[in-house]
Amino acid sequence: MLLAGVLAPFVLAVFAPTVKRVAGPATGWLLALLPAALTVYFAQFIGTVSSGGTITFSTPWVSDLSIHLSFYVDGLSLLFALLISGIGTFIVLYAATYLAKHADLGRFLMFILMFMGSMLGLVLADNVVTLFVFWELTSITSFLLIGFNHASPRSRRAALQALVVTGGGGLALLAGLLLMAQAGGSMELSTLLQSGDLLRDHPHYLAILILVLMGAFTKSAQAPFHFWLPNAMEAPTPVSAYLHSATMVKAGVYLLARVNPGLGGTEIWQTVLVAFGAVTFLIGAVLAIRNTDLKLMLAQTTVASLGLLVFLIGLGEEVALEAAMAYLFAHSLFKGALFMAAGSVDHGTGTREITRLSGLGKAMPITFAAAALAAVSMSGLPPFIGFIAKEWVYKATMGDFWPLAITGVAILGNALMFAVALLVGFKPFLGRQSETPKHPHEGGPGLWLGPVTLAALGLLAGLFNGLSGGLLVGPAVWAVAGEQVSVDLYLWGGFKTPLFLSLATIALGIVLLWRSRAISSTLAATFDRMWGPDRGYDQFLDLLIGTARTVTARLQTGTLRHYLLVTMLIVAAVLLLPVAQMGDLDITFRIPATDFYIFGIAALALAGGFSIAVFRSRLIAILSMGVLGVAVALVFLLFSAPDLAFTQLMVETLSVVILALVIARLPIYRSDWRGWPRAVRDSIIAGAVGVGFTLLLLSITSRTLDLALSEYFAARSYTEAYGRNIVNVILVDFRALDTFGEIAVVVIAGVAVLSLLAMGGRSLAGAGRAPDSAPDSAPDSAVTGKETS
Amino acid sequence: MFDGSGFEGAGWLVVWPVLIPLLGAALAAAAWGRERTQATISIVVLGAQFISAAVLFDHVWSHGVVAMSMGGWPAPFGIALAADPFGAFLTVVGSLVALAVVAHSLGATDAEHRRAGFFPLILALMAGVAGAFLTSDIFNLYVWFEVTLISSFGLIVLGGRREQIDGAVKYAFLNLIATTLLLIAIGLLYGLTGTLNMADLSGAVAALPQDSTLETVGLLFLVSLGMKAALFPLYFWLPAAYHTPLPTVSAIFAALLTKVGVYALIRVFMVVFPDSAHLAREAMIWVAVATMVLGALGALAESDIRRFVSFTVVSGVGVMVGGLAIGTEAAFLGTIFYIVHSIIVSAALFIAAGMIASAGNATRIEDLAGLYKRAPYLSVAFLIVGLSLAGVPPLAGFWPKVYLVQAGLEAGSTILVVGILLSGFLTLLAVGRAFALIFWRAAPEDAPTPPAPEFGNLVKGSLGALAALTFLIGLYSAPVVKASTRAAADLLAPDAYIEAVLGAPRAVTASDDPVLGKEVTE
Repeated sequence: MLLAGVLAPFVLAVFAPTVKRVAGPATGWLLALLPAALTVYFAQFIGTVSSGGTITFSTPWVSDLSIHLSFYVDGLSLLFALLISGIGTFIVLYAATYLAKHADLGRFLMFILMFMGSMLGLVLADNVVTLFVFWELTSITSFLLIGFNHASPRSRRAALQALVVTGGGGLALLAGLLLMAQAGGSMELSTLLQSGDLLRDHPHYLAILILVLMGAFTKSAQAPFHFWLPNAMEAPTPVSAYLHSATMVKAGVYLLARVNPGLGGTEIWQTVLVAFGAVTFLIGAVLAIRNTDLKLMLAQTTVASLGLLVFLIGLGEEVALEAAMAYLFAHSLFKGALFMAAGSVDHGTGTREITRLSGLGKAMPITFAAAALAAVSMSGLPPFIGFIAKEWVYKATMGDFWPLAITGVAILGNALMFAVALLVGFKPFLGRQSETPKHPHEGGPGLWLGPVTLAALGLLAGLFNGLSGGLLVGPAVWAVAGEQVSVDLYLWGGFKTPLFLSLATIALGIVLLWRSRAISSTLAATFDRMWGPDRGYDQFLDLLIGTARTVTARLQTGTLRHYLLVTMLIVAAVLLLPVAQMGDLDITFRIPATDFYIFGIAALALAGGFSIAVFRSRLIAILSMGVLGVAVALVFLLFSAPDLAFTQLMVETLSVVILALVIARLPIYRSDWRGWPRAVRDSIIAGAVGVGFTLLLLSITSRTLDLALSEYFAARSYTEAYGRNIVNVILVDFRALDTFGEIAVVVIAGVAVLSLLAMGGRSLAGAGRAPDSAPDSAPDSAVTGKETS
Repeated sequence: MFDGSGFEGAGWLVVWPVLIPLLGAALAAAAWGRERTQATISIVVLGAQFISAAVLFDHVWSHGVVAMSMGGWPAPFGIALAADPFGAFLTVVGSLVALAVVAHSLGATDAEHRRAGFFPLILALMAGVAGAFLTSDIFNLYVWFEVTLISSFGLIVLGGRREQIDGAVKYAFLNLIATTLLLIAIGLLYGLTGTLNMADLSGAVAALPQDSTLETVGLLFLVSLGMKAALFPLYFWLPAAYHTPLPTVSAIFAALLTKVGVYALIRVFMVVFPDSAHLAREAMIWVAVATMVLGALGALAESDIRRFVSFTVVSGVGVMVGGLAIGTEAAFLGTIFYIVHSIIVSAALFIAAGMIASAGNATRIEDLAGLYKRAPYLSVAFLIVGLSLAGVPPLAGFWPKVYLVQAGLEAGSTILVVGILLSGFLTLLAVGRAFALIFWRAAPEDAPTPPAPEFGNLVKGSLGALAALTFLIGLYSAPVVKASTRAAADLLAPDAYIEAVLGAPRAVTASDDPVLGKEVTE
């Protein structure tokens, strides 16, 4: 049933374009039924999970390798699953209205549903490979969704950038997960994470940690990988609201929370997470107030929030984990609402530029209400869930780990977030109504239902903090902490430090809000000139592609001569290096003294080889090659293989004649002298190859050859195969299949030449010098084979 | 001798996948000029080859290695064909993909090219491929290499454009060198052991002293077969040539030819040199990693769509050989799975590249644009196949990478893990970039919009079938994993193979001939 829950969005995705064609304006309402049903389905687990139970499902997937399609519901995955399906319901509705006039709405909804299934699979997965499969699927669907406006170069760049960053991190994560599974002896997270200190004490702990963190940090846009997320705002707003704030970008945070019981709690874990999280938190918050585009401001605050979450998980104490889960919950609600509200503003007015927006409250009252509620939650004011989360953040920063420094970071970051929240939630709606490209108007219920519901939930979760704490946040904390701890959220904690810190934050925030215009332009002036990782990404790609081009051009020069040179160098190295290294050359060189004329033949062969190398005329080279071949034929003759000698002579004669004819007929250079330096270099290489082969051959012929095969053939050639000539019998009987193959080779060569000729009249006419090498090579190969068999 | 597995004459099963296409090639050549007839023959023959391979695989699966010695001369004296799960599996997948590619060619390749030797040459090529997969004799392996080489040479020049001739010359020269080196290596090995049968060589090589001579011979096999397989630094010939022939020809080359080289490397190093050739083994992991990374870099650097695909083929060779270098069962599982995946995906990519070039009327990625709208079918297929190539789940290319990374981690081979992940990253980038440019980017407004490309059902269907195959294997990889696991296990325990080959039944039955009748009793 869990499996069906994960797969259902994929199935529906396939039919989304059809539904759109058939249902028309009702598409959103129809398709939203599925995520709504899923929300209800997951909600029924709340009872079990909040009393400490878990639900599991497992079916063999790739049975031979303990890769199971296994799912696991505990507090953490349940919280995520509810957010994914719940927010997903409103996103589908919203998207169908937002893009109602877009020709590719069906495709868009298909991608959104595919993403929903992937994200559900990711958070529910128990098996590490299953988790990874869904992890990558979210990257791919995100790629497709960011590139939805594919004609825009900025969209394409952002899509590819997200793919490169999250995909690259994903590869590291794969190695990390597999290494973790190997260290812990299980592929199932539920088992791995209960293995106590097994992973933390493992020699590979550091490698596992680095690899997993690379996956998590790239996905959750931690500095220095934070740049891709704001760029991803090129996607239509429903995507930004859903993937790039409420769900997908939290996958990295989810992963860290998930593996916390197994990998967390060490000093390095704490240091790295707190440091990266804090830096990301500040960078995001500062960049948020620097921007003036509503979506970009929100995107940067998402970066900041992700930093805050990583930072809290890094602190690792119980209260920090409570803060993390409470904040995660609060953030998904208010950020989803704010993004959708910002999208509605864009939809209604035609601009997202905050400096050009004011006084929309009258024209868009419902959107205003939703935005205001969400913004108050985000700014951390009571009685919203955002307030509780912030109180807990302060409780967490006052622990043992660098309390002063990180509390300072938290105050500054939260104050910035406070300012941005109020700017985004109120500035466009208050004051005098501004001129906008479109006449401002409220969209249909599809557009406001989502933001209103999510914003209202933020209020309700804060008011009924016992329920939200006990049923959702608490069980999630248990999963992250690895044990059941009592979680008790409340709004009023008395006149204690967190409250005073909150008041300080609000005061600082108001100052920032008051000076926001000036701060923004100062920051813009500073940052826009500065080098940043976004530019670094371009430089990295340029460098990578440049290197690729240089390396490839070096290796793949396009000159056959170069290829041959490298090949021969490798052959020489292979022949000479082993013997040089091992120094075990053992040659007993026996000269058959009786056959003195063998020296004559050797001299003939050498003379032939030498003149090929030395003479500049091609014709002489061809003739010399013939001489060399004749010498070889003589050797065959001497060693009682007259048929081979005969064949060899025939082949050599024909080759010389044909080559000479070709040279005579074709307008090619009569000489291909390469100049002394190259001639010397090539001779050295050729000499090395020759020496190498000679040594090898001598070493082998110094041993006694096992003659079992020859004796077998000799014994049976006449008695069983009825042939006196052993060579012939070998060719036509003992090893007839080889001969059969070689005959096939000759016939195929004929077919090849025939087809060349068949087209030759037409297309070869203009091919220049091409024919000189092409047709000859074909029969040549057949010859090479025949000579030696 | 024949231990009675299956039925009487089961040995013949190993002959058909080689013999059928060879006879088909002759038949198709006889029908010279009658293109319809040739096409029918080819489809029927390749279908029959696939069926015969499937039957063979099924038999091998349930009864173990099938071997048959030719002409009645028992191995190692005569030549024995033999099929173990590895060879049989590759024959099945190879012939299936060849069928898809040839079906595609019926709709895509120009009729005039088809009228020339296209069909006979394709069938001869398939005979050579199957022969290489199914022979147990190392010299005979060389012969099948030649059959594939010469047919591929005929195929590569079909069309006769100038750049084809240029590519063909490089292809021919370098491959002839590789073939010659292989022949020398075989000759030297024969000089050392006095035998040519791989099963027999296994024992003979183990008995040799582990000296520099044996090391050199091992290295010569690595160089010659590695050149065939397109390993660094000797892969030049592949990117120099594979982008020039007809798209369907490139598709079949990319799917099968390098795989024959990889297959032979695995066979030789697992059966002939299981415990020797240490230098070659040490070199192998570096060579493999260099190949996968440099191949992927090449793909990233290329702007010609088909050369881009060529380099991805090179990169894949590195991945496969990386598994061989590790040599554990998990690594072989990954390698064999990867071979199967790569056969499918390489063919699909070259087919897609051909369709892209014809739909966009350009071959440079920079000049192609706007195909998302104009050829949506093609864009979906390309995306699926490309992502599978990059190893993105849940497509087929993901699984072998998981196994290989796992094997690398278990064996402590960080270099392999880094190589696989890095080449995967580069490939993902290259594929994503190509997709964004070719499909997403809108065609320039001032350019005349060519009419939407019209691809026939066969053209679309064959690409769709290959894309669907890589998608389905990804979703449910269990059958491929099962087959690969079995093939890997058998590779690591070659005794069954050796036993079956050396005791193979004979093509001529004893009762045929009184003299041979005596032979059986020996």
